[in-house]
Amino acid sequence: MIRVQEEDFDVGAELVGLAAGDRSVGGLACFVGLVRDIADGTPVSAMALEHYPGMTQKMLEAIEAEARTRWPLADCLVIHRYGRLEPGDRIVLVATASVHRSAALEACAFLIDWLKTKAPFWKMEEAVSGETRWVEARDSDDLAAERWGRAGPV
Amino acid sequence: MKILYFAWLKQKVGTAEEEVNPPPEVTDVAGLLDWLARRSPRHQDALARRSVVRVAVNQSYAKPEHPVRPGDEIALFPPVTGG
Repeated sequence: MIRVQEEDFDVGAELVGLAAGDRSVGGLACFVGLVRDIADGTPVSAMALEHYPGMTQKMLEAIEAEARTRWPLADCLVIHRYGRLEPGDRIVLVATASVHRSAALEACAFLIDWLKTKAPFWKMEEAVSGETRWVEARDSDDLAAERWGRAGPV
Repeated sequence: MKILYFAWLKQKVGTAEEEVNPPPEVTDVAGLLDWLARRSPRHQDALARRSVVRVAVNQSYAKPEHPVRPGDEIALFPPVTGG
């Protein structure tokens, strides 16, 4: 399940709802991304997240489908926010449910790694001074995504 | 064909979206970017660093040799930074 939304989400409620009632599930894994208050040594007062609505949903669905071909997932949830966010705010939730922990944990790491390098979102940081700058992509994110091997369909 | 710009590409070009009619010799992504860069000094500036421009044709990532046709939706954006 993919959700792209402006509003916040309740991590606890989302995890309770994941694969609810499926007694074959042995574990859930989740990653929650937050807005940091400092970026490259500069204090950040806010962040604006822009995305490409026509492509975001499609790309995230393709990434979820790829995860489901690699691991036996009972359930999978990605929520990504857009709009104006402040330090401490939640940006993204990735949650997975599977029979065993290794599949849930690995699929969760895979989903966030691929999402960061493929889903069409862009962050603009606003410094405390009022100055704004577009966040640049990091090579370390590309390396994290590449460790999962073949590029797949997306 | 519709061209969409995101993030700093949108700021540099000065618009989020434009409708264009490139000549028939523009057949692929690389040719389209060359043609767009000649439209105005702002386009030229925005497309100067071609290695940091990502392209999607009809909402899917596309390489320079990917064909472009009238009616396509082509998006130009920098490397993504979500998550």
